[in-house]
Amino acid sequence: METVNFENVFEAKLAKNDFIEPKDWMPENYRKHLIRQISQHAHSEIVGMLPEGNWISRAPSLRAKLVLLAKVQDEGGHGLYLYTAAESLGTSRDEMLDALLTGKAKYSSIFNYPTLSWADVGAIGWLVDGAAIMNQVMLQRSSYGPYSRAMVRICKEESFHQRQGYEIMTHLAFGTPAQKEMAQDALNRWWYPTLMMFGPPDRESPNSENALKWRIKRETNDELRQRFVNQTVIQAEYLGIEIPDKNLKWNEARKAYDFSEPDWSEFKNVIKGNGPCNKERLLARNKAHHEGEWVREAAAAYGKKLQENKIAA
Amino acid sequence: MSDSQGPLWEVFVQKKSGQPFVHCGNLHAYDKEMALQNARDLYTRRGEGMALWVVPSDAIVSSSPEDMGSFFEPANDKIFRHPTFYQIPDGVGHM
Ligand SMILES: [Fe+2]
Ligand SMILES: [Fe+2]
Repeated sequence: METVNFENVFEAKLAKNDFIEPKDWMPENYRKHLIRQISQHAHSEIVGMLPEGNWISRAPSLRAKLVLLAKVQDEGGHGLYLYTAAESLGTSRDEMLDALLTGKAKYSSIFNYPTLSWADVGAIGWLVDGAAIMNQVMLQRSSYGPYSRAMVRICKEESFHQRQGYEIMTHLAFGTPAQKEMAQDALNRWWYPTLMMFGPPDRESPNSENALKWRIKRETNDELRQRFVNQTVIQAEYLGIEIPDKNLKWNEARKAYDFSEPDWSEFKNVIKGNGPCNKERLLARNKAHHEGEWVREAAAAYGKKLQENKIAA
Repeated sequence: MSDSQGPLWEVFVQKKSGQPFVHCGNLHAYDKEMALQNARDLYTRRGEGMALWVVPSDAIVSSSPEDMGSFFEPANDKIFRHPTFYQIPDGVGHM
């Protein structure tokens, strides 16, 4: 009998742009990398419900409230798609939730910033979902099948998120001077944190090399960040509000905008747990988890009873 | 895998009447009814489906990737199973 070299089969699949499926052999580090990345992505969707959830009860109209509820519900759904994708690699929901609730797991640094005004809800949809989409469109071609398929579904749902956010921004930017001021203030506060969402610069990105080699990612952090800036400038111009960057300038030779990098020490600090809302977010997740305990217990008791009846029958 | 969320189920959605049911993802639930309701909430919020199937994941049997080659081999040398294998004269209309 011929022996199969699993590593070669795996490499050959990647070379052909084929997908890796849960039962396929994969290098242990590939598996670990994916579990980390997908669970962090799932946590980001879940924690990401909090900053916007803050405004559901204070949305300025019934329409705005319905839209925001639907968006936040979508984000919860994205979290669920991603948790099961990670579970297909051999981790469990309990392990992942435990890591999130104890503060061991990371999630996107962006959700550790506060939503101070209604304009922030607009800015999040426009900028934060816009940046997330840019990343997720790339991840639709990620080499791990369940991750890629989850991304395809998520991207379909995301397009409304960005558009509803931009719509809020247009209402404010073309509203009263005070409203326009709110829109500008939101852009000022969210611009750099949004640029940080793409991760550290390529020159010091510890996980990028493997992610690219394994085709988990297809583009680098800096490439995505640049594309995001290129796409967003015209949208800010239309609104008549100013991106808070004196160095922002079209570079004809590069056919791209030059722009200032975010303050990477701030980024590191937020990741470490010292952002403006890290503690609040973690407390809110823990509170929700504990308040839902009786539901999980009741469901588990019911599940156990079903099992026992099945055995008895 | 079963943890505090109940067993895993696979979800299949039929987009339109007459079309095949297509796998769209999975979820956790303790029984059929819960699985169906969760599937509706998670996978059909925008009219993506006319009908849903939910199947316990452990009821699914799959071919194993390691012997994929040999498993599907019997089909490889049977090109006569394809319509293009046959020569049809001109002038007999569409066939
Ligand atoms: Fe999302
Ligand atoms: Fe979103």
